[in-house]
Amino acid sequence: MGKIKYHMLVCGGTGCHASKSEEILKNFQDLIKDKGLETEVQVIKTGCFGFCEKGPIVKMMPDNTFYTQVKSEDCAEILEEHIIKGRKVNRLLYKDPETGEYKSDSKHMGFYKKQIRIALRNCGFINPENIEEYIAREGYQALGKVLTELTPEATIEILKKSGLRGRGGGGFPTGLKWEITRAVKADQKYVVCNADEGDPGAFMDRSVLEGDPHTVLEAMAINGYCTGADKGVIYIRAEYPLAVERLKIAMKQARDYGLLGEDILGTGFNFDIEIRYGAGAFVCGEETALIHSMEGLRGEPTVKPPFPSESGFLGKPTNVNNVETYANVPAIILKGADWYASIGTAKSKGTKVFALAGKINNVGLIEVPMGITLREIIYEIGGGIKNDRKFKAVQTGGPSGGMLTEKDLDTPIDYDNLIAAGSMMGSGGMIVMDEDDCMVAMAKFYLEFTVEESCGKCSPCRIGNKRLFELLEKVTQGHAVMDDLDKLRNLSHVIKDTSLCGLGQTSPNPVLSSMDNFYHEYLEHVGDKKCRAGNCKSLMQYIINAENCIGCTLCARNCPVDAIAGERKQAHVIDQEKCIKCGACMEKCKFNAIFIN
Amino acid sequence: MEKIKSLADLKKMQDMLRAKIDLREQSNDPDKRIQVKVAMATCGIASGAKEVMEVFIEEFTKRNIDAVVTQTGCMGYCYAEPTVEITKPGNEPITFGFVDVKKAIRIIDKYVLNNELVDGIIPVNYETIDNK
Repeated sequence: MGKIKYHMLVCGGTGCHASKSEEILKNFQDLIKDKGLETEVQVIKTGCFGFCEKGPIVKMMPDNTFYTQVKSEDCAEILEEHIIKGRKVNRLLYKDPETGEYKSDSKHMGFYKKQIRIALRNCGFINPENIEEYIAREGYQALGKVLTELTPEATIEILKKSGLRGRGGGGFPTGLKWEITRAVKADQKYVVCNADEGDPGAFMDRSVLEGDPHTVLEAMAINGYCTGADKGVIYIRAEYPLAVERLKIAMKQARDYGLLGEDILGTGFNFDIEIRYGAGAFVCGEETALIHSMEGLRGEPTVKPPFPSESGFLGKPTNVNNVETYANVPAIILKGADWYASIGTAKSKGTKVFALAGKINNVGLIEVPMGITLREIIYEIGGGIKNDRKFKAVQTGGPSGGMLTEKDLDTPIDYDNLIAAGSMMGSGGMIVMDEDDCMVAMAKFYLEFTVEESCGKCSPCRIGNKRLFELLEKVTQGHAVMDDLDKLRNLSHVIKDTSLCGLGQTSPNPVLSSMDNFYHEYLEHVGDKKCRAGNCKSLMQYIINAENCIGCTLCARNCPVDAIAGERKQAHVIDQEKCIKCGACMEKCKFNAIFIN
Repeated sequence: MEKIKSLADLKKMQDMLRAKIDLREQSNDPDKRIQVKVAMATCGIASGAKEVMEVFIEEFTKRNIDAVVTQTGCMGYCYAEPTVEITKPGNEPITFGFVDVKKAIRIIDKYVLNNELVDGIIPVNYETIDNK
């Protein structure tokens, strides 16, 4: 077909770029031209290989040879040996630190890769609207195995041994939950999938439902078999129309193939699933509120106990699990508990999907083994902070979580370590912040969300969060006094201790965690009326330096509120009362005469 | 559709489907079909994946190139949406990022027809459970 025989892929990720990949690329191109190989060899820059510690990386195709730590002066040798003579340059191959063996094929170097896709194993591989592609990748075999070879007890035992914990954020052991629901005696039980993904910045559940809906259906059926339920309900927000559509297609196909419905795979086991829609209230991710919403009642939480396992949907025992939790189940059944438990840390097994967002180069959806560090996630998978700014913090756990800072960069991430660091796993949103983000404003942003989403049933959450928000507003506007900082802390603790459900019990976390980590920023806002990040507009002043100003009037002409006065060819002055801090003057000034105080 | 009646039937069906896909994906015969997967989760569609998919289908028909274009879920590379994975017979799948309509045509001109790569390739940086 084509004439090009070899491709050389040079890593153009941030890490490799820093270690001169640009120079290597150019060098290769020059050498290829010199030797007249342009028609046979093509050099191309790629995205990050995720192996930055051994960068710059050069990958040869089609034979997949992977050269590491390539220097500009190595180019000639690679071209001469690999392309012309067809021999590998051994000294540049990756050396296995354990065996000392040289590995040439990146396919057999899986261990260097930071990501393992278990929950996302089919996302981006199969056509989600075609059940046959799912079946081709061992789909529904876990259900088949469970129904024909395993008892419910034995299946639950596998899950318990695997160490899988709830991926919705709580981290409750999944096997144990199933066991508890199984133990309750009732004429009808329900299996529920919590697809009410509400954290700002988290979208892994949507991605699983849109990319691999059958895995959730299969896992729910397995859950039904284990707990003794023959009905499943997926509670999903109506804001996810594509996920809903693909789920419906998947359910229909599964019924057509006899994988949902009656007498599944000739085993006499019956199980079917229906969809219930949520209106997109954050509190409905809480399982009791979710169940009430499914029943057609207001989406308000109730006190636990009774837990849904005892009395849930329509008063019957109900097992609620999150989408990502379900997505792990078929893989665990097929590959075994030991395999799953071999990934992760002592108390948190397997992988976690994170939605990387904020000031990071490679915004994306990643699945990493528990125990990976924040540093690896941000700098290797995420490609570092945007525009080479300085890393400041990461918010995990959304509005219920907290901030992790520089000191936590090397902490292995798992459920318990995150809690110890003052945050939580949550559903897996990771919002990265740099030095231009104000931590007080960040806490205020999350509080604003909570105030909006509080269901209003209990007063600590309804009134407390509102007052907390107002205090934060005072701080960011420069009206707060020192006393307010104590009030902030005290009120936060009261809300945490006295709220009815998880929403209120965790909503002050961003405040507390930012106060713990960035108290100096709070002090600056209150004492010096200063916001170091330049975020809080009320605290900023645009000032004209009379020495630099030549009186060109450009700023005055561009000011939307006529706050700048001054004669032509004379220094101008900004009226702070009128100024709305839009920054238009500073942008226009050609003499760097305007600065922010 | 006939229902699958037992685990044995399911396994038989998997083998058959797997073989069909392997034939499509791993065959060394250059006459076999080219496979194009477009990441079509909500976010991909929002950034234009649907138009890109249509361009691939149209161009392939227009130029009489034998290829299968399918949709798939999120590949995880939000920063580089829309993303497209192309598997040429006998070659490793290659993922291209930032594929707009113009780039889709460039990819067809360069990679599909001439085996030349274009910028914006995203290397696979994760393990799957198959190769674990």
